[in-house]
Amino acid sequence: MAKPFEQIVTTHGAMVLRVCRAVVGPTDAEDAWSETFLAALRAYPELPADANIEAWLVTIAHRKAIDITRARARHAVPVAEPPDEPTEPTMAGRPDALDGELWRAVARLPDKQRTAVAYRYLAGLPYREIAEITGGSTDAARRAAADGVKALRTNVGGRS
Amino acid sequence: MTELFDNLPTDEATTTRLRERLAAAAASEGLLDVAYRTVDTPIGPLLLAATEQGLLRVAFERQDHAAVLAGLADTVSPRILAAPARLDAVARQLDEYFTGDRRAFDLALDFRLTKGFRRAVLAHLMDIPYAATESYTQVATAAGSPKAVRAVGTACATNPLPVVVPCHRVIRADGSLSGYAGGPDAKRTLLTLEAA
Repeated sequence: MAKPFEQIVTTHGAMVLRVCRAVVGPTDAEDAWSETFLAALRAYPELPADANIEAWLVTIAHRKAIDITRARARHAVPVAEPPDEPTEPTMAGRPDALDGELWRAVARLPDKQRTAVAYRYLAGLPYREIAEITGGSTDAARRAAADGVKALRTNVGGRS
Repeated sequence: MTELFDNLPTDEATTTRLRERLAAAAASEGLLDVAYRTVDTPIGPLLLAATEQGLLRVAFERQDHAAVLAGLADTVSPRILAAPARLDAVARQLDEYFTGDRRAFDLALDFRLTKGFRRAVLAHLMDIPYAATESYTQVATAAGSPKAVRAVGTACATNPLPVVVPCHRVIRADGSLSGYAGGPDAKRTLLTLEAA
């Protein structure tokens, strides 16, 4: 008794987009979203009826993010350090431009912290699921999320 | 702990664009098993659903579009997306039909939701001309089972492609309209339109 896939997109599309923005950054987020849902659509008929849909989608998004990050690393000209005030022209005029400061702070987090924060606070996954997706222990996932949030509080001014 | 991410804006425009992109990519990858859209008509909103083979389902609002889609997920495939492009020709021809500018549909049809005698009945219904009517007995005879009058009634009531497969052209021998999945008013509207 699987639901029409359209309902999966309706219910979880916004969440996956935020996770993608956090994990691969705003520029690649739309490609990551599209590849995630296309792969999910392909696999959907075989998904067990009792599966946790959020965890399943985030697992796919995590793999797609790794693919995209690797492809970007292969093609991009290496830059030593990201500038302190990135101009990010693709953000201009977007509805999320106001949150650019938050996304930039998330982008500066180490990989483990960034993914743990995204999967905990944007996808709402339990640490046990996060650990399965990112590898490592449940405690390590909890610590990474806590450290990540701490760093964000320090780096995002006037938000808390 | 989570207030950092409270009040993130919802980005409707981006989500809409991404969904359209997903539908197009799914279609070109052969993953869009069922595409659907709704169209507004004089007999209310109609749900239209199509496979790659052709039009699969037309449903009236009173049949509950969400329930119909859930049924298609179960019986055909859960790979279902709102994807209007595949149904452009159907929507256009229905529009022409309801404005009186079209008397026959020229569409690929997917009859997988029906079989056996019911399918034979539907095949015969396609031969009833625009603005004509037949009785249930006449249809039963034409479909090869003169005594299966009740089964003809069932075939019409369960027609997965109403309007396009014109079960509304089947009425009682005494001229009364009898039942219709879209309701009696819809049946009257269609027959009145065709008689004009």
